[in-house]
Parts: sequence; structure tokens; C-alpha cells
Amino acid sequence: MTAFIHHFLFEFRAGLRDRNLLLMNYLFPLGFFALMGVLMTQINPGFKETMVPAMVIFAFLSSAVLGLPGPLVAAREGGIFRSYRINGVPALSILVIPAVSTTFHMVLVSAAIAICGPLLFGATMPVNALGCVLTFLAVAVACTGVGVLIGVIASDSRAIVLWSQLVFLPSMLLGGLMVPVSLLPATLGRVAWLLPSTQAMNAFNSLGLRLATGHPPMESIAILLAGGLLAFAAAIYLFKWDSRSDTHRGHPAMALLVVLPYAAGMILMAR
Amino acid sequence: MKEIVIEVQDFQKAYGNVTAVNGISFQVHRGEIFGLLGPNGAGKTTTLECLEGLRRPGAGSLRILGVDPSRQLPRLKDLIGVQLQTSGLPPSMTVSEAVAFFAAYHQVQPRPGLLERLGLSERKAVQYRDLSTGLQRRLALALAMVHGPAVVFLDEPTAGLDVPARAELHALVKELQSSGKTIILATHDMAEAEKLSDRVAILFGGKIVASGTPRELTTSSAGLTKISVRTEGGSLLGIGPALPGATRPSVEGEYLVCFSSDPGAVVSDLLARVKRQSDPLVDLRVERPSLEERFLEITRGGAQ
Repeated sequence: MTAFIHHFLFEFRAGLRDRNLLLMNYLFPLGFFALMGVLMTQINPGFKETMVPAMVIFAFLSSAVLGLPGPLVAAREGGIFRSYRINGVPALSILVIPAVSTTFHMVLVSAAIAICGPLLFGATMPVNALGCVLTFLAVAVACTGVGVLIGVIASDSRAIVLWSQLVFLPSMLLGGLMVPVSLLPATLGRVAWLLPSTQAMNAFNSLGLRLATGHPPMESIAILLAGGLLAFAAAIYLFKWDSRSDTHRGHPAMALLVVLPYAAGMILMAR
Repeated sequence: MKEIVIEVQDFQKAYGNVTAVNGISFQVHRGEIFGLLGPNGAGKTTTLECLEGLRRPGAGSLRILGVDPSRQLPRLKDLIGVQLQTSGLPPSMTVSEAVAFFAAYHQVQPRPGLLERLGLSERKAVQYRDLSTGLQRRLALALAMVHGPAVVFLDEPTAGLDVPARAELHALVKELQSSGKTIILATHDMAEAEKLSDRVAILFGGKIVASGTPRELTTSSAGLTKISVRTEGGSLLGIGPALPGATRPSVEGEYLVCFSSDPGAVVSDLLARVKRQSDPLVDLRVERPSLEERFLEITRGGAQ
């Protein structure tokens, strides 16, 4: 337990000390939140209704999908994991503690969004705290799982950008953050359910804001949790202590298994 | 006879079709500094990594205090401390966080006085990336020692250090030895190996091509000992070829310089001549081949 606390405290502080992590955890999501608050609420007043969950999910995409993989790859390539291995740091801690730390940063960012959104931009305040917490945890598991998995399979910083953008960009464009999924063309609307952000928006809107979404929120919660846990399981299985490791067990293509719960979700949501 | 701490028997390791280590055997005794020398690609790093439990051996047996590094990693971590050549620490981790972090994973309290002894007590709040190379090396050594291991692995411990920092680190390594630690030193620096090691093994092409104490290795050299002598009156400068047992006699400034495979006899002869001519001796230097020269001799021979 002492080791967990020391490790967690270091990772949490690193999220503030490291410029890239500070950017992805705080500056980018809060800057984007301010920009959207000023612009989108003018262009599309209806955005105020879903602004808080959309910006919370955006913050998760930024910190977990864009920010989390970089330090993992840098640590592996820089020999830090070798040092950890010699000193008895388990692979589980190496993968889970940064995810927990990122979640704590997101608690702070989400609190700022939930307080400032209604005050500054007239955003709708969530009405069901328990529903929000449940959805927040499911989104945390799903997004940090994807981030950790990218950190494990990416061989270098270019691969991180490739894999992260493969999740981030469609999530931004199709995931219901800016435009409701119901307004997308039918085919794109169906494909959008493959994205964690679409499931997260459905759960947040339904459970947290009590909006009528037409899709069961608990299915979205289950899909997010299943996708996240599968991502962590795949990351632990595929984890390598260094790039020349002779103990890796599977092909990185195994990571694609993470899509399965979302594919099941796409089928369920099309009913 | 001192206890055997590390025992390597017929150890082999290949990466695909490339054999990195080809059946080496050696033993290291308690309290010994054992130097592992070799050019790049000789198999030193592979040997170290297998001993540290980072890689599995292809064949043969490795034991550290009876523990198999490839199968008993949890037990191994309490026995060994490793100063890796690469950083091994996140750039934003402070000195005190690093010590607390590693001590916590070893389930021990940080040893009191450790940072003070290594000159890091004033820099507890400094992040790793802001430490000089010398202080980074010291911190790596502190972390290798944080749990009081019996065996310490030092991989190029002074690479990139200036002369004073090297000397300080050498003193620390000797201090570690005097506290009873067994030390494996992998280095390219032959002067360092000669100065610190009790015994060395020279790896070349995945095999041990020479081993023994640095003195044993240098005295078995085919190289000649260099003898330089200077007298007040310069009476030896004109000897030329008339010096039995010496080759290539020459004059370098006020010195007569020659080479010999039997330096004892040549020096006795020179001293007798000086005495006969009542020409007071000012300086006499006898320089046996260094470990570096012996290393080059062995590895060049191996390459051929």
C-alpha cells in the first residue's frame, strides 16, 4: 500500500510538472471549454444543454487518449521500466496507477467545467449526481484503458499520434460532442456507436441530465466498462518491459479486440 | 575460501540467429569487485541483463546466492542493486521521491545517511532531469543501495563524468566493497577496471578470452616493459645497443628509454653501470603494459 501511495503521488505530481501532461490534462481541455463556451453557445444555443458532459468527455479524450500514452512509451524506450522491473515494480502498477492519476486530474477538470459552465455560459447543470458519477467512472475506465493500451502497443511517438488520432478525431466529429448523433446521416450515425464518446454522451445525457435519448443508458455504461476492462486486460497481456524484451506474449493486433464491446453496442443501439 | 556469490555455468544466449554469448562460465566471490570487460557486441550487456533477471538465458545456469534470476525475480530484487547505464528514472521525479519510491517497492525504510554520503542531501527536491550527469550517477548508485543488497551491478558507472566526479565515484565503489558488497563492474574504461577490479574477465565474440587479476593479465602480456632512466651526468645516454636484454634503446630528452621482456635484469644492469661511473641516479621509471594494452592485444588477436 505504501508503494502504491508513493507511486500514485509521483504520477499525480508528474501530471502537473510535465509540460505535455499539463497541456493535455488542463490547458487544452479548459482552453477548449472556454472557446466552446464563447463560440458554440452563440452559434448553437442548444449546445448549452449538453455542454457540461461534452466538455468532460472531451477532457477525458485529451488527457487519457492524447496525453497518457506518451509517458508510457518514453519510459519503456528510456529504460525506466527496466529499472522498475529490477526493483520489483509490478506491470499492473505501471499501467493502472497513471490511469488512476489521470482520473483524479479529470475530477478536478470536470469540477471546474461543471461549476464554470452554468455560471459563465449558461450551460445546463446536471441534475442527477449519482448518474453523473457512475457515467464519469465508466468513461474513466474506457478512456484510460484506450490510452494505456495505445501506450503499450505504440513503438514510438509517431505511432502514438497515429493511434491516438484514430480514436480522438472520430470521437470529436461523430461522437455527439459537438453535434447530436441523431443529426448525423444514418450510416455515420450507426458507425458513431463504435466510439466510446458516443456511448458516454448517451449515458451522461440520459443519467446525468435526464434527457430523452432513445437509447438505454445502462447498456452504454456496460459497454464502456467492458471496453475499458478489455483494454486494460489487453495492455497487461501485451506489456513489454523494454523494446528488446524477449518475454512479450502477443501481437499488437490483439488490441483490436477492444472494439468488440463497441461493435456489440452498435448492434444493440440499432434496434 | 570465500563464499561464491555469483555462479555462471555454460551460459548461452542467442537473439534469432545471432549468438550473443557462447557458453561462458565464471564465479564471483563475496566482497569481490569483478570487472566484465569487452568491446561493443562482446556479450557483456546480455550477460548482465540475464544476471539481473531482465532476460532469460538460452542455456546454462546462472545463480546469485543460489537464486535463479530468470525464475525467482521477486527473491532476486532483494539481493541485487543495479546502477543502469540508461537513466532508469522519470525526468520529473525528484531525488527524495526516487528514494522513497524505490524503498517503498523494496518494503524498506530509506537508509538514513544514504543521500548525505552520496552528496545528494542538498538536492532532495531537485528533479532528475535537472541533476548534472555526475549527480545522476550518484543518485543511481544511491537507488541501487537503498535496500542494502548483497550484490551491486554497475554498468559503465563513470561514463560521461569529469575527472573529479570519476575519482569520487571510484572512492564510493571502494567504500561499498569495504562494507562487504560484491560488485560486478561492466566498463569500457580499462584504467577504471584496472584500478577497481580484483579480477576481470574479458569477453570477446560471446566468449571469455582472458580472465584473472589485472596484474595476472598484464604480466602474461607479450608486450614489453618500458624502462626510462635519467642520471645527473647523462652517462647512460651513449649506451646504444650495448645493453643486454633491451630492445629499441633511444634518447628522449635527458632520458635513456628502452623496452624489455626481462625488466629486472635490465634495471640491475643499468644500476650497476650508474654505480660504476659514479653518476647519481635522478629518475628511474618501469612501466609494465597496461590492462588497456593487454585488452587490445587480446581483442585484436581474437579478431584475427
